[in-house]
Parts: sequence; C-alpha cells; structure tokens
Amino acid sequence: MIYLDNAATSRRKPQEVIDAVVFAMTSLGNAGRGTTEAALDAARTIYGARDKIAGFFGVKNPKQVVFTANSTESLNIAIHGLIKPGDHVISSVMEHNSVLRPLYEREEAGAELTLIECDGKGRLLTDDIEKNIRDNTRAIVLTHGSNLTGNVNDIEAVGRIAKAHGLLFIVDASQTAGVLPIDVEKMNIDVLCFTGHKSLLGPQGTGGMCVREGLEIEPLKRGGSGVDTYNRHHPSEMPTALEAGTLNGHGIAGLSAAIDFIEKTGIDEIREKEQNLMKRFVEGVRDIPGVKLYGDFDAEVRCPVVALNIGNADSSEISDILSMDYDIATRPGAHCAPEMHESLGTVDQGAVRFSMSYFNTGEEIDAAIRAVREISEEFSEEN
Amino acid sequence: MRKKEIKTVVTFHVTADAIAFEKRCKELGIEGRLIPVPRVLSAGCGMAWASPLSEEERVRAIAEAGDIETEGIWQCEA
Repeated sequence: MIYLDNAATSRRKPQEVIDAVVFAMTSLGNAGRGTTEAALDAARTIYGARDKIAGFFGVKNPKQVVFTANSTESLNIAIHGLIKPGDHVISSVMEHNSVLRPLYEREEAGAELTLIECDGKGRLLTDDIEKNIRDNTRAIVLTHGSNLTGNVNDIEAVGRIAKAHGLLFIVDASQTAGVLPIDVEKMNIDVLCFTGHKSLLGPQGTGGMCVREGLEIEPLKRGGSGVDTYNRHHPSEMPTALEAGTLNGHGIAGLSAAIDFIEKTGIDEIREKEQNLMKRFVEGVRDIPGVKLYGDFDAEVRCPVVALNIGNADSSEISDILSMDYDIATRPGAHCAPEMHESLGTVDQGAVRFSMSYFNTGEEIDAAIRAVREISEEFSEEN
Repeated sequence: MRKKEIKTVVTFHVTADAIAFEKRCKELGIEGRLIPVPRVLSAGCGMAWASPLSEEERVRAIAEAGDIETEGIWQCEA
C-alpha cells in the first residue's frame, strides 16, 4: 500500500517506537501507584518523556507538560477549563472540529465566538484578529496548520497580538508538532495542544498539552491520582491536576522513543524531505486538466498536505478508486473541518487529501501522480 | 524482617517531583531510594525519598535549590 493519509495518522512508525512500546508492555507497572520497581520504572519512563517534550517545545518546567489521549482531549480541557460564560473567544474557519465543537458548546453555555475568515487560497485574514478583539475577549484559539489545506499560520505573530492585549493563546498543533519547530516561550503560547500519533510518529492514544506556569485550568476529569487520597477534591498541583486516572504509560514510552527518533534524525531533515515530497506531488498534478488544488502552494512553509478535486467528481469516489485500483490511501470528504470546506466552497464535493510523511518515497509520489492523471483522463472522457 | 533505622525522608505533592528528585540524587551519587511514605508522615504523594542521615545535608541542598518542589523533609524510621 502507498500510504498518503499521514495527516490522519502516520502509519509507519520508527522501529524504536515499536520496540519501546513492546518493552513497556512487558515491564512497566502503574506510574505513581506505589514504589515497586515496576511502578517506579513506569513513573521514570513517563517523567523522562515529560522532560523530553518540555525540551522539544521550549517548556522550562517539565511539570507543565500534561499527558492526554490526543489533541482533542487537550483542546477540550483547555477550552472547557478556561472559557466561561460571558467570555469572548476568537478562533478561525481553519479549525478542526476538535476546536470548533468545544467552542460551540461554550457558545451555547453563554460565551461569545468570532471565527476569523480566510481568503480564496485558505489563508487566514490575520489582520482581522486585532479588529475583532472586544473588552470581554478572553482567548485566541488557533490552529498552527490546517488539516485540509496544509496552510500554516504565523503563530509567533498571533502570539504577539495575544500578549499585547492580555489574551490567552491556545494553539492546536495537531498537524505541525514534530515537523515545524515550536517554542512556547518565543511564540507566547499559553496552552499548546498536541497529538502523538501524527508527525510526532508516536502511538495512537498519546498526546498532551504544555501549559504556561501559573495558569490554572479547571480539570475536565477528576479521579485517581496516586497522591492526596483523602482529599475529596482532585489535587491542584501540576501535572496531576489535569491527569486523573492511569496514564497511557505504554504509549508514552513509545512517544518518548519517537521524540528521540525525531531529534536524532533532525526536525529540519524530516521537514525538508516531507516538503520535497509534497512539492514533487504538487508539481506533478497541478497542470493535469480537471485537477483543482486547495491551499497556498507558494507559501514558504506549509504542512505536507495536498487537497484536490478532479472536475466535479465526488471526492469519495476518487479516493475509493485510488484505494481499490491503485492501493493508494488518501482521505476524502470533509476532514472534520466544516468551516474550511464552507470557505473553499467544497461542502458538497469534499476533497481528496494526500498527506506525506518522512517515510514516503519519491517513487510512491510518482505513482500517486500517475494515478491522478489516469483517473482524471477517465473522468474527462466520461464527461 | 528488615531492620528500620532513622533516615532523612523527603515528601512531595506529586509523583513528577519525586521522580525528578530521584533523578537528581542519582546524578549526584547520593545514597537512597524512593519508598512508600511511612505512615507517621502525612504526605500528598505516596512515594518519598529516603536517604541515610549522613546524606541529609546534600538532600536538603537539592530541596532548597527550589527547582524541584518538595512538601517537607523529615527524620523518621524507614
């Protein structure tokens, strides 16, 4: 199979990640639950991963790194825990439903919401952010990179706006963590939400959030913590405050090995290879008659994501042909990004998304280009 | 049964601090290990760092450096 659905999850993981998970599953106990060697090994593994992630994202204190199941959980914790009725939030049409749905829930609870629009190429109208700040604006919630167009937002610039106006800045780094450098201090990010199973090359069920020191977030879950058992309330100390229940120690061991792999390989090397694969694909398909691309392909920095359509064909049909006739995995439909599809005018058709990873090859990209060309020719003959 | 002796015991609010403290002690070659919190002490986190009294000065120095949060430092049988 030629797997080009890495924006959904990176299918191929480094062998070190698999080995780390297997080792963890055959050796670790439960972190923070007693002091047997098995329990301590789990606690050490998790602390080691916390420390690495802190270094990876420029977080000074590893205790401000919280483990969750994925970006969705992180975003729910951040949005639900920080946005209260009466608060105004600025977000964008580029967001995934893991941002939009928690925000819509907050809106129904009495918060106010403004979504910043994009231009025809799916680029955020960043100048509109400042214009929409109100007296009661509490936060800006923004994706670092669109999971549909691959367009990347200038997080550092938006971070400066947030800082200048005293607003919280919550960033969804689902598509960028592991491939674009992120420094929470430099970018003035209050809460960075990331997932482990995409560009970080870790197992599914891993993810987390980096929370600015001193920022208290009301927890979404309360429960076992291994500490302060006789307190009727969940402990307020970080990271335990936001980590009720047994952590995914096995997965976190894999995520830790994944970070090692990225640091050993070099994030710049990984990004360059992915960008080259993406550019090769774009150059190969952009002039095929009937092919329409969505996004800004002249941008210097973008995610290795290419969404396209062929004529007026249903994206689901194209993706199914790619899968059944060419064994190429892509993602059709709406990609959990309803507002972005509205903005691009692709609600009915959806789009076929090709997304590359470090482990794809130039030959695979060329095969995908040939497939798009053949399908496009077939459709033009039919019409 | 293992003979108990008076030790320097450090307690913590959360597991992350206990593990960070263990890591620091090991880096500095300080003798000791993580133990379940003795019942005479009331602590948030269920694990505590225990060192021989001879290491107390070095253990206190880590706690006083302030970058790893501790709940308290005690002397008790462990």
